[in-house]
Amino acid sequence: MRALYFAWVRERVGIAEEEIDPPASVKTLADLVAWLKRRGENYGAAFADQGSVRAALDRCHARPDQPIAGVEEVAFFPPMTGG
Amino acid sequence: MLRILRLQKEPFDAAGETAPLAQGRSDIGALVTFTGICRAEEDGLAALEIEHYPGMAEEEIGRVMDAAGARWPIAGALVIHRYGLIRPGEAIVLVATAARHRGEAFAAAEFLMDYLKTNAPFWKKMRMRDGRDGDWIGPRAEDEAATKRWR
Repeated sequence: MRALYFAWVRERVGIAEEEIDPPASVKTLADLVAWLKRRGENYGAAFADQGSVRAALDRCHARPDQPIAGVEEVAFFPPMTGG
Repeated sequence: MLRILRLQKEPFDAAGETAPLAQGRSDIGALVTFTGICRAEEDGLAALEIEHYPGMAEEEIGRVMDAAGARWPIAGALVIHRYGLIRPGEAIVLVATAARHRGEAFAAAEFLMDYLKTNAPFWKKMRMRDGRDGDWIGPRAEDEAATKRWR
């Protein structure tokens, strides 16, 4: 699946986009965040304050308990400040 | 419902953009337009760099426009949102709604604007006059509260 990072999440991870291939044990968005955090310090820094990172699955806002099976695009970003 | 939705780097002309919402119709009694402008809140602010999530931004704003159309009998809605570098005094966003009566036009425009603030995937970074990067602008509790009241 394709992972996208925006704003300060992108700055902390250090890249805007990557292909990821989490193992089958990673079932929910929360599992995915925990798996990413184990991949390196940069991910740890990006997700240190998990409450302030939002996510979208296939371009729809998503909650941590949502399953990621079949998802093609996941995105992580800070709370939005549109308008 | 007529739906006009565009994301662009360039400035926009509010009067020209909103004209199609009421043009050639005799059943529209109200056209509400809102323009959001970049404010120099912080001393030394040179510009805001607006980042967005291409694809999701259009889809999410479209969903909010559809929700406004389902909730109020509006004939048309327009959202133009800019991204890229925007200096204080420049317009960032244009929201407009057209309806038979002003009540639904005002309500739908406010609903759209409130949801844009908290749900549309845009982020603002401050660029300072001395050339350094400022902070990312954080969410405001007032904006969260404004969106919550529509639920």
